[in-house]
Parts: sequence; structure tokens; C-alpha cells
Amino acid sequence: MKLSEVISIVDGALITANADLDMDISSACGADLMSDVLTHARSGAVLLTGLTNPQVVRTAEMAEIVAIVFVRGKRPPLETILLAEEKGIPLVTTKSTMFKACGCLFQAGMNSCDV
Amino acid sequence: MKRVEITRVQELIYELKIEQVMTKRIVTVTPDTSMAELREQLRINRISGTPVVENGRMVGIISLEDLIKSLSEGDMESPVSDRMTRDVYTISTHESAIAAVKIFSKTGVGRLPVVNEDGNLVGIITRGDITHGLLKAIEKDYHAEEISRYRASHIFEDIISDHTSLLLRYDVRPRDFDRGGEASSKIKRALTRLGGNPQITRRVAIAVYEAEINIIIHTDRGGEIMAEINPERVRIVALDDGPGIADIAQAMQPGFSTASEWAREMGFGAGVGLNNIQKCADKMDLQSTLGGGTRLQIIIYLQPDGK
Repeated sequence: MKLSEVISIVDGALITANADLDMDISSACGADLMSDVLTHARSGAVLLTGLTNPQVVRTAEMAEIVAIVFVRGKRPPLETILLAEEKGIPLVTTKSTMFKACGCLFQAGMNSCDV
Repeated sequence: MKRVEITRVQELIYELKIEQVMTKRIVTVTPDTSMAELREQLRINRISGTPVVENGRMVGIISLEDLIKSLSEGDMESPVSDRMTRDVYTISTHESAIAAVKIFSKTGVGRLPVVNEDGNLVGIITRGDITHGLLKAIEKDYHAEEISRYRASHIFEDIISDHTSLLLRYDVRPRDFDRGGEASSKIKRALTRLGGNPQITRRVAIAVYEAEINIIIHTDRGGEIMAEINPERVRIVALDDGPGIADIAQAMQPGFSTASEWAREMGFGAGVGLNNIQKCADKMDLQSTLGGGTRLQIIIYLQPDGK
């Protein structure tokens, strides 16, 4: 699934510059616990989370998460946005809850990060 | 506050000088050239406009647009001087490409004559020249990156000893969540540059990151992360003189954590970090005494087939 489709399915807005909207996203995981992301996420996945600190981007970098969606209308602080732009990881924000955003993606056929 | 990162293209457009991207072979016409002759000049040289020069001095500029007007009015015999633009924007050789881009977007002109310090016409620049110049510069950058990546991946073949290894050391500061992950990020980058297998590099990055976060969360004085890389394996040592672990077996139990509320709010401290490190590592050794600090050593083999 393309990044542009993910954004439209979760009814989100892109908040970083220079994102590749055609970027391919292979699976998704929803978590607020970064260690869980590090343990379970697949390379090439999108992360849905309610956390907005810069460590979310670091976690994405290490786990090769390619995009991050912030749920419940959260907007990350500037440090998070700057780090994400530096690492080339697009950030998206959506008003949907975690449950709804994940549900919509799953319904649209997005793969889960199950091991 | 961190500096806003700008892209390489943005950087280049400031770095590139007009003289590096301009067209030096200039076709010019004189004021008494007829519009019919101008049409031939534009056609033969495949250009869309040209400066008008009289006795070595530039007196105006004439473009395809002016020619089209002439054509539609059926007036091809009048001289270029009747139809040229006399107030010409110029740009000097030593200005950066961004200056030309600004003039293009402010004035809507399609080309700018380039003059040197003495005011002599030495070239012409169009938007196309700038795009072309940028592409060439990016290509050069790309080759440079390729070469440095190639050199890095051959470092172990170029330097000969009985046992060559690369030693990277990083200081980790306590409670400094903002810089957390910098060491792992740099180690990941180093392994990628050395041509490491992506899956194995990812395991190293995740293990180091968890170790780095542990030092940030649990210690009062910080610690150090060391990565020793050789062609066969990477050995990571995370060292601190922090509070130490009372019971290692207990600490290794998934879900057991002594982390503060503060660390949990950041998405860590759920008691799975050490297990995660163990999962990523081929070998793990954890030594700690209460009050005496902690030493975590992990080994990850760099060849996909294990040893």
C-alpha cells in the first residue's frame, strides 16, 4: 500500500516536508510501547502511536519503520519533526483513535506485523 | 534548538555559481538584424532568445515571444531594435544560482545575460541551465558517496594486520532522552557503510538502542557504549557505574522493571528491553553488582550464515 493511500484511509494529514507519497508500506503496527515496536515490528512498516517524543522516530529508525501516524489528533513537538525530516521518515497525524485508525487500515487490507 | 535541516538540492542551489551552470557559447544579434534573420538564428541554434549587442555592448534582449508577435502581425522585416526589451536584467558570474532563480520567479523572464566584473557579456543562463547544473552536481555527489561507501566497505581489505577491528566509542548521558539513540544511530550508519547485511545491521541497531536507553533510564552518571567491529562480528559493550542490578535473573524476566514513571511515559521501561537485546544477540553476557555498575556484552555475527 502506498503512503498516500495510508494517509487517505486514516483521514490523516502529512506534517513533514519532502515525503515520498508513493513510498510502499508493507505492514502496520500500533503501539505506545517502543520496546514492543523494537521487538515485533517488521522492516518497512508504518507505526501508529499515541506517543510523540523524538524517541518514537529513533525507534522507527532502528526498527526500519518507514512512516509514523500519530493518533487522537496529536501533533508532535518540533524536535520530533526535525529528527523525522533528518531521517527521512514521514509523519502523519489523524484525529482517529488508535482503534479506529488501525481498524480502517486492516479493513483496507493492510498486513499486520504479526510474527 | 537544532538547526533546520535543508536538503542537498537546496544547499547546492546556494553553492553553485552562475559561471558553473551558464551557457558560455552565446549567439548574439545586432540591433539592425531583421526579425526574419532572427527567426533563422533561433532555429539554427535551437534557442529561444538571445542578447542584442552593438559595438560589444549589450543593448537589449529578444525572445521567441517577440518573434511570435512579429509573425502574427506579419511584420518580419522590421529590425530587432524595434521589438527587443531594452531594460535587461543581468546577473554576474560570481553570484549563486539561487540569485537567478529569484530573478526568474520575480520578473517572469526566461533568460538572463551573464556579465563579468568588467560588465562584459560572457554567457547566458536559463531555468533549464540551472536544472541541468543541479542534476550534474547531484550526480557528482552521488558518485562521491558511492566511492566513500566503496572505500568503507573495503577498509578491512586495505588495512592489513593479523586482527583488524574498528573501535567506536560513545558517551551516553543520564536522563538525556533527547539525545537517546544517537550512539545506536551512528553504529547503524557505520555498519551500513561497511556494507553490512541489512537484517543483521537492524538487529545490532535495536540491541544497542535498548542498551543505550537502559543507561539513560537507570543510571545517574551515564555510561559508555563501545562497538568493536571486525569482518566476522560486532562486539558491543555497554558499561556504566550506575546503581547496578540486584538480581539479574529477575531483571531478565519479561515485564519486570524498576523504571520510573518518567521512562514509561516515554514508551520505555516496560521490562522487555533486556529480553529484546537477548533476542537480537548471538551471545549475551550481563554482569552487575548492586552499587557496582553494570557491564553488558553482546556479540552479533555479521555473516548471514552465522559464524
